[in-house]
Amino acid sequence: MTDDKDVLRDVWFGRIPTCFTLYQDEITEREAEPYYLLLPRISYLTLVTDKVKKHFQKVMRQEEVSEIWFEYEGTPLKWHYPIGLLFDLHASNTALPWSITVHFKNFPEKDLLHCHSKDVIEAHFMASIKEADALKHKSQVINEMQKKDHKQLWMGLQNDKFEQFWAINRKLMEYPPEDSGFRYIPFRIYQATTERPFIQKLFRPIASGGQMHTLGDLLKDVCPSAINHEDGEQKTQVMIHGIEPMLETPIQWLSEHMSYPDNFLHISIIPRPTD
Amino acid sequence: MPSSILWAVDIFGRVYTLSTVGQYWELCKDAQLEFKRVSAVKQCCWGIACDHQVYTNVFSGDVPIRYQEETYENQRWNPVGGFCEKLLPSDRWQWSDVSGLKHQQLDSFTLPSPHWEWESDWYVDENIGGEPTEKGGWTYAIDFPSTYTKDKRWNSCVRRRRWIRYRRYKSRDVWAKIVSQDDPDKLPDPFNDISIGGWEITDEPLGRLSVWAVSLQGRVWYRENVCHHNPEGSMWSSITTPGEVVQISCGPYDLLWATLWEGQAIVREGIDRNNPQGISWSIVESPSSENGIMHVSVGVDVVWCVTKDRKVWFRRGVNSHNPCGTSWIEMIGEMMMVTVGLNNQVWGIGCDDSAIYFRQGVTPSELSGKTWKAIVSVRESDRSQTGSSTSLLSAGCFFTDDIQNQTNAIIHGHADTSSDTELPSVPVNLANTPSTAETQENVAVDPLDSGQGEVTVASTSNENANLEMHKPTNPNPSAELQWTNIDLKEAQKHPVLSVSSFAETSSLSSLGMFSVGAEEQYGADDHPLWAWVSGGGCLVDLHSPLKWFTVPSGLSSSVQSLSLSITPAQTAAWRKQIFQQLSERTKRELENFRHYEQAIEQSVWVKTGTLQWWRNWKPHKWMDVRVALEQFTGSDGIRDSILFIYYMYYEEKKYIHVFLNEVTIIVEVLNEAKHSFALYTPERTRQRWPIRLAATTEQEMHDWLSLLNMSCCESRRIQGPPSHHAIWSVTCKGDIFVSEPSPELEDGPQMMPCDQMFWRQVGGHLRLVECNNRGIVWGIGYDHTAWVYTGGYGGGFIQGLASSADNIYTQSDVKCVYIYENQRWNPVTGYSSRGLPTDRYMWSDASGLQECTKLNTKPPSPQWTWVSDWYIDFNTSGGTDREGWQYAADFPASYHGHKTMKDFVRRRCWARKCKIVTNGPWLEVPPVTLWDISIIPSSDADGEEAVALWAISDKGDVLCRLGVTQQNPAGTSWLHVGTDQPFISISVGAFYQVWAIARDGSAFYRGSVSPKKPAGDCWYHIPSPQKQKLKQVSVGRTSVFVLDKNGNLWYRQGITPSYPQGSTWDHVSNNIRKMSVGPLDQVWVIADKVQGSHSLSCGTVCHRSGVQPMEPKGLSWDYGIGVSAGGITLPKSCVSTYPWECGNRKVPSCLAGQLSKAGIYLQEIDLCSSALGSFYKLI
Repeated sequence: MTDDKDVLRDVWFGRIPTCFTLYQDEITEREAEPYYLLLPRISYLTLVTDKVKKHFQKVMRQEEVSEIWFEYEGTPLKWHYPIGLLFDLHASNTALPWSITVHFKNFPEKDLLHCHSKDVIEAHFMASIKEADALKHKSQVINEMQKKDHKQLWMGLQNDKFEQFWAINRKLMEYPPEDSGFRYIPFRIYQATTERPFIQKLFRPIASGGQMHTLGDLLKDVCPSAINHEDGEQKTQVMIHGIEPMLETPIQWLSEHMSYPDNFLHISIIPRPTD
Repeated sequence: MPSSILWAVDIFGRVYTLSTVGQYWELCKDAQLEFKRVSAVKQCCWGIACDHQVYTNVFSGDVPIRYQEETYENQRWNPVGGFCEKLLPSDRWQWSDVSGLKHQQLDSFTLPSPHWEWESDWYVDENIGGEPTEKGGWTYAIDFPSTYTKDKRWNSCVRRRRWIRYRRYKSRDVWAKIVSQDDPDKLPDPFNDISIGGWEITDEPLGRLSVWAVSLQGRVWYRENVCHHNPEGSMWSSITTPGEVVQISCGPYDLLWATLWEGQAIVREGIDRNNPQGISWSIVESPSSENGIMHVSVGVDVVWCVTKDRKVWFRRGVNSHNPCGTSWIEMIGEMMMVTVGLNNQVWGIGCDDSAIYFRQGVTPSELSGKTWKAIVSVRESDRSQTGSSTSLLSAGCFFTDDIQNQTNAIIHGHADTSSDTELPSVPVNLANTPSTAETQENVAVDPLDSGQGEVTVASTSNENANLEMHKPTNPNPSAELQWTNIDLKEAQKHPVLSVSSFAETSSLSSLGMFSVGAEEQYGADDHPLWAWVSGGGCLVDLHSPLKWFTVPSGLSSSVQSLSLSITPAQTAAWRKQIFQQLSERTKRELENFRHYEQAIEQSVWVKTGTLQWWRNWKPHKWMDVRVALEQFTGSDGIRDSILFIYYMYYEEKKYIHVFLNEVTIIVEVLNEAKHSFALYTPERTRQRWPIRLAATTEQEMHDWLSLLNMSCCESRRIQGPPSHHAIWSVTCKGDIFVSEPSPELEDGPQMMPCDQMFWRQVGGHLRLVECNNRGIVWGIGYDHTAWVYTGGYGGGFIQGLASSADNIYTQSDVKCVYIYENQRWNPVTGYSSRGLPTDRYMWSDASGLQECTKLNTKPPSPQWTWVSDWYIDFNTSGGTDREGWQYAADFPASYHGHKTMKDFVRRRCWARKCKIVTNGPWLEVPPVTLWDISIIPSSDADGEEAVALWAISDKGDVLCRLGVTQQNPAGTSWLHVGTDQPFISISVGAFYQVWAIARDGSAFYRGSVSPKKPAGDCWYHIPSPQKQKLKQVSVGRTSVFVLDKNGNLWYRQGITPSYPQGSTWDHVSNNIRKMSVGPLDQVWVIADKVQGSHSLSCGTVCHRSGVQPMEPKGLSWDYGIGVSAGGITLPKSCVSTYPWECGNRKVPSCLAGQLSKAGIYLQEIDLCSSALGSFYKLI
């Protein structure tokens, strides 16, 4: 594997084997079998769980069915976070398949957004892309695109069409040849241990001296606790798409190759397993 | 995109160059000299140094500049001593030139200047007209002067032999002083300006240049005989002028302007190929009556000037017929000087900041451009530190010197009041110089400014009074800041004619005044200060990605990107780790769960659109259709696609469909009117009826092409770069295609049927491509530029995922479009454009069938743009007269270059250059431009070992590339292999057999070529087949075939390992146009006059069948590839080389059905059968 294009492919085709089980308190007509599925890391829970919903609705009384939501070990899973991020943040270093509990009752209003239709996901997804492009190109690229291009991005994600998506998305990943990178890197840093949902700041890919900023530079700047350790021991893991890139990795490269389809680099900082 | 360089001189006289692909000004290699002026073209730069001498800097190349000296030794037979030196009194000299009129002994030859050296001693040439002579090289005749033969006969009374010796120009990449051998009385006085150009006036002699100079006294000089073989020229001749000339500018073609002291410009008229010096001058007045013209610069058909008030003007209406133009237009911006470079691009030096500005937006349609943009590139030396004080010191020294020499250019740059000045003497000019706004500004911040302020004001009102005060201040406002660091005594060491009379106090005061603010300003704004710039060798066009306008950041990726070696980023640990971790992640998260259901079902994806389709029933025409591409994933996991075309047939809805896994090639079709492309399947190739589709815009077509290509590759599971065994080819249009030999065809005894090979396009434009089985691929463009394959894929219209991100670079190519002007003789008016009713068009293509006027002839496709005007092509085969005419008895006939009594018609060829800019996985291999190339077809060497690659330069030099390995396919350098004449064809076969053909039609074998001795040791002259001039050679594994100029194909008999030269030529076939022998001795040809289904066709690709180890000549021809006829003649102009286009437009419809796919394979196969061979290597 030598081509950076392969990274895009690997990122796109990342799958998490998942076992969905119905929450024990849900009232069913007969016993619900667990449902096994390969979830695309880059997609959204509510976008790819139609089958899960159908499967469990079959065993439930119609009147009991309200909005579906998911939970992992007591944590409600935010559908508006990409699946890979949810997994990295909450469930990395655990045994596979990932065991997700399915709920139809007691929607946790304070933790989750409602997702009544796919239009909500689309709106959220497009809003993220637009925000990312505002950071990268002052929105110039996304604004120059036609409506059908926007649609193609969304359809690409929804139908898991790598080529379809990237035919358009590559334009969002370009930058003028006279610059050495984007204006700012669209990124979000999530920490499993804090209350704060995520960190997002303005960060340029190139230092004023011209050298490339690295992942380490970014963390040092916006989240020093992730890499500074009193005893020198690495107590946290910095995860993107289930891997730990070296801190020397240029942030511009990461942004171009390891961003989620919403064009953000979602970075999880989780405690390093002790064993 | 070939890189070129911009030359500039800074105010200290240091010469810098800036590459079009670079970001830094680089100090000229030979930095000893300080210069006032430079004038550059592609191959050299001339300059005037501060010692007033003219220097030339001929850029090094891997090919030496050699000059062949020759002399003849003559002998006469007498009965006593046989042939001896005793000649009859009426005979010629014993040592003479070829005519016998001039006495020239061996020792009478001396080197023309210290810049030459002898290559070897004298030796005898044993070659007469392509035929080897007997040992000793004697040729015999009955008497002097007569025709000489190599055979001695009973009546051979005299004999002669030719001695040759080479001298070599050695002063390359350094400033070589032009040593004048003229009579000292007639020597030009010190030079003041120089301009070179005129290389487009004529190609003969090779590399001819017009070098014009102006002396301090205002006289104009022309340097005679400057050409490739004589880079220094021979002598200066004086050209009379109507007044004293200050400055001169010579364009690439026939434009030459100069400025007079009085402020007018003079324009040279009558410059043409027969008289490059021109005939007369005409005067053009300055745009403004108060301010005369100070500086002028010309291009092919543009003139820019700067008047004494530093305003910039553009001359309207300049062309070959009217070199004076019509009127001036004022441009925004104030400049000290401007320079027009190649492609009419313009640079200037700003008068406020001495920075170099590039004129943006200069295009053929908008010659005056749009805006000035400052070039902010820094000097290489400034990357770590700013200018050191030592350089400032020397700068100061220089500048004192400069003031006395430079009487006009720089000083005039600031001399806004000098038009009042009648006397062209140095001091007066100097007096005017400091009255610039900058001076006042600088002064204003200075506590001592009051005094200076007065002076400045005074100087504008009464310059004579303030002469002395201003003497020491530098003409350049920024430059004068440097003076602060200079010891006054230092300045005094250079007494100047009149400067020496100045009061020391005045200079002291003015110097001292700047000391406070100066340092600061220098520190804050340390951009280079320029005095002169020359763009004559700098090629910039609309598409050139220039990095001149941003301050280079520490990022060196842009610099690295032009190197083929793997960049550190690609080998970096972080990168490796990401790749590794991703594959680990996939293993961890997917390996044991593959039986899980996918969350998203793979659905059919459809792209639809409206295109036009060339309908398949008569009358054939374009009709609007709906098109849909459906992608689906088969049960085996392979994605496939179907293209549906929905059309109406007499009110009835119908459709056709194509499985993309059956498509063999998709090609863009050259067409002025439509953006169209064609899809071929094996079936459709046999039917000779591809699916032709057209889009309304080029972009739309490229979107479809890109998508269809990707889908084809996907359905065939082809991904990433071509393998090392890939077969490379180019079409006659210059498009590059590559095909993977598929595994199931490897073990077949027969070769793969050509109609089943799948070809995918690779970006770029090439005339020929050569590859071997190590993945080393080289190509040559139509403009002879050499390109090496970078390992990428995609490019051109193939964007996005089907194209690699790295290794794709801009590529350009230039070719000519030719049309013919035809005339018929009649008794009343002589030759005229009034022909007989049966005659061809008076303006036509080569065949005469198609009308081609200058106006209606367009570039081959919208991707091409004109880059020149129409010009007469004098290099047409058959020769021309002085006006380019060729004569014949009637159309069509064979033409000759002189008129005879029997000639009733004549024609001449007009050419116009056009250019394509595209991109692809190619990097230029500068600097030598190539004619032919050959790579050893296969080598068992491992990746480290060098691969033999030989080439012929477009000048005919034989070259051997050193250091070509799998890791470094571009190699390191050319090794020149000496020959006694230009060569035209070369071929490297297996076991390092190198064969070549010289221009005189003789064949040569290179002895002792081996990995240890890559260039071999000597040439063996192989006698040609009886009375035949050879034109092409191709070497396979053991077979050597040559092609002569009459279309005969010959096989070399008797080649054995111990006697690789072989013994005799065996005739194989006639009517062959081109041939190529593969590494397993397969023979491919393009044959003419093959019996087709309707008539004799020409340009059919044929494969020699029955080639066996014991039967290397083969048995018979396998005509065409699956088709029996097809192809059409390739005319000289590439306008109509595409068969389909011809079928549509040019050829009568009854013929159109006969045009086949063979047409497109025509050149592919021909130019790439060594590649085909690499496929066989797998078997």
